[in-house]
Amino acid sequence: MTRFFALATLLLLVGILVSLVDGAMPALEKFGSAFLWTGDWNPPAERFGALIPIYGTLATSLVALVIAVPVSFGIALFLTELAPPWLRRPLGIAIELLAGIPSIVYGMWGLLVFAPIFAEYVQPALASSLGQVPVLGALFQGAPMGIGILSAGVILAVMTIPFIASVMRDVFEVTPAMLKESAYGLGATTWEVVWNIVLPYTKVGVVGGIMLGLGRALGETMAVTFLIGNMNFFNGFSLFLPGNSIASALANEFAEAESPIYTASLIELGLILFFITLVVLTLSKLLLLKLSGREGLKT
Amino acid sequence: MMDLRTERRLKNRLALGVSLLAMAFGLFWLIWILATTLHLGLAGLSLQLFTHMTPPPGSSEGGLANAIAGSLILVGMATALGTPVGIMAGIYLAEFGRHTWLGHTTRFVNDLLLSAPSIIAGLFIYEIYVAKVGHFSAISGVFALALIVVPVVVRTTENMLQLVPNTMREAAFALGAPKWVVIGRVTLKASLAGVMTGIMLAVARISGETAPLLFTSLSNQFWTLDLQKPMASLPVTIFKFAMSPFQDWQQLAWAGVFLITMGVLALNILARVMFREKHKQ
Amino acid sequence: MHGSQTDQETQIVLRGFNFYYGKYHALRNINLDIYKRKVTAFIGPSGCGKSTLLRTMNRMYDLYPEQRAEGELLLGGTNILDRGMDINSLRARVGMVFQKPTPFPMSIFDNIAFGVKLHERLTRVQMEERVEWSLRKAALWTEVSDKLHQSGMSLSGGQQQRLCIARGIAVKPEVLLLDEPTSALDPISTMRIEELVSELKDEFTIVIVTHNMQQAARISDYTAYMYLGELIEYGHTDDIFIKPKDKRTEDYITGRFG
Repeated sequence: MTRFFALATLLLLVGILVSLVDGAMPALEKFGSAFLWTGDWNPPAERFGALIPIYGTLATSLVALVIAVPVSFGIALFLTELAPPWLRRPLGIAIELLAGIPSIVYGMWGLLVFAPIFAEYVQPALASSLGQVPVLGALFQGAPMGIGILSAGVILAVMTIPFIASVMRDVFEVTPAMLKESAYGLGATTWEVVWNIVLPYTKVGVVGGIMLGLGRALGETMAVTFLIGNMNFFNGFSLFLPGNSIASALANEFAEAESPIYTASLIELGLILFFITLVVLTLSKLLLLKLSGREGLKT
Repeated sequence: MMDLRTERRLKNRLALGVSLLAMAFGLFWLIWILATTLHLGLAGLSLQLFTHMTPPPGSSEGGLANAIAGSLILVGMATALGTPVGIMAGIYLAEFGRHTWLGHTTRFVNDLLLSAPSIIAGLFIYEIYVAKVGHFSAISGVFALALIVVPVVVRTTENMLQLVPNTMREAAFALGAPKWVVIGRVTLKASLAGVMTGIMLAVARISGETAPLLFTSLSNQFWTLDLQKPMASLPVTIFKFAMSPFQDWQQLAWAGVFLITMGVLALNILARVMFREKHKQ
Repeated sequence: MHGSQTDQETQIVLRGFNFYYGKYHALRNINLDIYKRKVTAFIGPSGCGKSTLLRTMNRMYDLYPEQRAEGELLLGGTNILDRGMDINSLRARVGMVFQKPTPFPMSIFDNIAFGVKLHERLTRVQMEERVEWSLRKAALWTEVSDKLHQSGMSLSGGQQQRLCIARGIAVKPEVLLLDEPTSALDPISTMRIEELVSELKDEFTIVIVTHNMQQAARISDYTAYMYLGELIEYGHTDDIFIKPKDKRTEDYITGRFG
C-alpha cells in the first residue's frame, strides 16, 4: 500500500508537466517557439513573448549567486574550521533561520525598509565606483530607485545563502579527518588546507549546493515580486533598472488575466520556469549523489 | 619579495578574517529583519487584530481575524491531508523500496519537488481544479499547500526511519512479528520524534507560503468557513496591504508579518530542539 | 630508563611529559630520548597512548581544542610545546604518514609539490628534480615516472602509501612519524614499506607506531613499550625482545596478553 503513495509522488511530477502543457496549449499553438525570444508582452494587443521575464529571472538569480556563493563559502569555512565548537551549532541554526523567514516577509521588508536605504546609500556608491569601470560600469547606470533587478538580486542572495552555506558545510564535513591532518602534517595553514584539499575533494558537492541555491532563486516569487519593479519593457542592461521575472509576472497578473490567451501565456511562463528549475535541480542532485557515491565506495 | 612564511601567514589571516566577515554578513540580515519585524510588528499589535475583520477598501478600521482564522484552517487542513501521504511514501522508501527502481526514482523526484518553486503548486491546482469548477476556493488552497507538505514529510520520514538501527528491526522480526507490526510498532515508534520534527518543519514552511494561494484560495474580505468560497489568509493579506498606499493597512501588514515570522521561527527552533533532545537519549 | 647509549646524538627528548584529552589523563610522565637517524618503534596494546604520543611530536593535537600537553618536548633543543612555536615550520621539520594512504585530490606530481611549495620557492626545474628525488627515495619512481600527471588516487594502496612517504620526505624533514603505516596494506606492500624504512633511516630520524610486534622487531633500532598511558620500558630493540626487564613487557611480547 505504501508503494501506491510512492508511485503517487512520482506521478505528481508527470501530472504537473502534463497539466501545465495542457493549460498552455492555446499559447503554444499561437506563438510557437517564438514565445521564447519575443520581448513583447502586451496584454491589450494579446501579443505575448517570454523574453523579458526570462531575462529578469536569470539576471536576478545570477546577481544572487555572485553575492551568495562567496559569502556562503566564507560561512561554511567559518562554521567548519574557525568557530569554537560550542558556537558552531547556534550559529549554524541562525543561518538556517534565514531560510525559515517566509518569502512574503523578505518582500515586504525589502520594499519598505531595505529599498529606500539601498537607493540612498548603496546605489549611488556603486554608481560612482563600479559604475565608472569600463564595460562592467554599464551594469550600474541610471537613477537609484531602490527597486529593480539589483535589489531583487540582493534579497535573493540573502534568501539563498542558507541553502548554499548548509550544503557547503555538510560536504566540507565529509572530508576525512586523516586527509586534512595529512595536509596539516606538512605544515599547511587552515586556509591552505581548505583551498587546496577540502575544496577540490568536495567540489562536486559544492557545485551541487550552488545549483540547489540557483534552483531556489529561479523560482522565488514573493520577494522578487515586491522588489523587481514589474516592468515589461527592456531599457538596457543596467541592473538598477526595473524588470520582471517569470514568477512575479504570474503572481501579479494571473488573477487579473481576462482573456484565455493571456492565461495560457502565463501558464506557459510557469511551464518554462518549472522546466528550467527541474533541469537545474536535477543537475544539483546528480552532483550531490556523485559525491556521496564516492564516499560510499571509500568506506 | 616577501618572506614566504610571512606571506602564507598573512594570506591565512586574511582568508579567515574574510570568513568571519561573511558570517557577520549573514547574521546582519537576520538581525536587521528580525529587529524591524519586532519594532514595527509590536507597534501594530492590539486585541482588535484578533477580533476585527480585515478593513474594506476606503476604510482604515479593522483587524486580521478572518485572515488569521483562514491561515489556521488552510494550514491545518493541508497538514492533515499531506502528512499521511508523506509518511506512507516515506515508509515505502525506507522500508520497502530502498534498493528498487521505484524507490530510487521516487526519492529523486521527491527531492526535485522539495525544491521546486511553490508557485508551480498553485498553478497546477488551478489547472486541474480551479479552472474546472470555475471559481477560487479555500479547498483548492488546501490542495496546493498539501502538495508542498508531502515532499517535506517524505524526506524527513525516510531519513528518520533510516536512522533506526537494523538490529532493532531484526530483533523484532526474530520474535516472529510480521513486517507491518515491525514498522508500525517498532521502527516508526523509534523515529517518532524525527517524524514529528518533519511535520513541524512542513507546517512552518506552508504557514508563510503566499504564491500558491494567489491562484487558489485567493482572499476574502469577510469571515467564512465555507471551503468552496475564497478564503483570506495572512500571507495573501500581507501581500495586498503591503502594496497599498494606506498607512493603516501597512500597519496591519506589519502586524501580520510579526505573527507569521515569530510563529514560523518558533516552529523552526522548537523542531530542532525537540529533535535534538530526543536524539540525546 | 634510557639505557647507556650516550654515544648517540638525540633528536627528540621528552621530559616529564603529560597529555590530556579534556579531563582524561592520557599520557603520564613520559621521559624518553629518541636518537638521530635511528628507527624507534612504539608498541603496546590498543589505547595505550602510542599514537597519542606520536601525534604530539608535530603538535597534530593542536587541531582539537580539548586536547593539551604539558612538560617538555624538545626537538633539537627547543621545546616545541612553547606558545610561540611556529607550528607550520615545525611540521616542515617533522613529517607524518598515517594509518591509511591519504593521497590529496590532485595529480601525483602536485601531491608532492604541494608540501614543498608551502615552505620553499622553487623553479619549475628545481621542483621537477625534487619530485623525482623524493619518488626515488620512496622507491616509487620507476612505477610512476610516466604518469606523474595522473591522479594520486589512481594508484594501488601500497603505491599510495609510498606516495605519502615521498610527499613527506620531499619537504626534507628531520623526523618522519609513521602512524601504523602498513595497517591497511597487504603483506607484499607491507614488506616494501619496511624495506623503505630501513633505507630512509640513513637520512631521517624515524618514529613508527605499530601494532605488529614482528614489524617492530624487524625494522627498529629502539623500542618503547607503552601500557595504559605510561612508558613501561625503553631500550635497544634486541634487548626489549630478548630479555625484557619488566614483567608486563614480557607478557605482551610473548603474547600472553594484548
